[in-house]
Amino acid sequence: MSLNAYLILSAILFLLGMVGVIRRKNLLMLFFSTEIMLNAVNVALAAISKFYGDLTGQMFAFFIIAIAASEVAVGLGLLILLYKKRGTIDLDNLQSMKG
Amino acid sequence: MFEIVAFYLFSILTIVMFGITVFTNNSLYALSSLAAGMIFISAFFFLLDADFLGAVQIVVYTGAVMALYAFGMMFFDALSVVKERINNPKLMFLLSGISALVIVLIFVAPIVNSNIEAQYPVHPEWGNAQDVGVVLFTKYLIPFEVAAVMLLVAMIGGIILAGKKMDISYSELTEEEIDALESQTLKKDNK
Repeated sequence: MSLNAYLILSAILFLLGMVGVIRRKNLLMLFFSTEIMLNAVNVALAAISKFYGDLTGQMFAFFIIAIAASEVAVGLGLLILLYKKRGTIDLDNLQSMKG
Repeated sequence: MFEIVAFYLFSILTIVMFGITVFTNNSLYALSSLAAGMIFISAFFFLLDADFLGAVQIVVYTGAVMALYAFGMMFFDALSVVKERINNPKLMFLLSGISALVIVLIFVAPIVNSNIEAQYPVHPEWGNAQDVGVVLFTKYLIPFEVAAVMLLVAMIGGIILAGKKMDISYSELTEEEIDALESQTLKKDNK
């Protein structure tokens, strides 16, 4: 397989995640969509790392995984706090300053 | 031949799984299909000779992150349907697609038609895990330490955020005490 095939796959996955982020109003689904986007980027980095014979891509993929894990820890804490306060995980409920 | 078959098989599987995650209304289906998609993603890492990354993907994502999500879903009513009203769904769809494509193009553009030299070249005779270890603990030691500190801070932050008002253990109280507590909080909420 060529590098382009992997990059196209990564673009498709990133697009799916982006559609999810913009379309969904459920906060949990929003988190899931960001995970999809991060994974899509990881695939692209690993592919570039292989086809250019360079390890930097894989290093960045590791740090992206670390960032994703910490994002989940903090994000889920905030989500639980929001649910305790509002009783719902609807994104539209966050709009407390309607212009 | 093997690589082509595996690539197309796993790309179709991954896209279908992530499609289910993005478009389903059931959080439980979304969680399981996301976990399956993560496993299929690791197949690409194995195809790309990034064995260690593939193992990390399985352990961290499907092991830790998905368990964290499943655990977090216990704290709220995740199966309740969120009303998702979007004023103009088609326009939204188109805009998100275009913006995602533009982002991908911006990031891919510098790679096309440029001579890139490997700064940290791969040593095929070492094997991937050893190669990754050498580069990670020499050239990327400080980012590695910073990432470790960040993970610790995020973990403590998550515990503090989620653990607020959890100082009362219901399992140690009697029925009457729980009833008294419930009526107290109800009164507070009604105020």
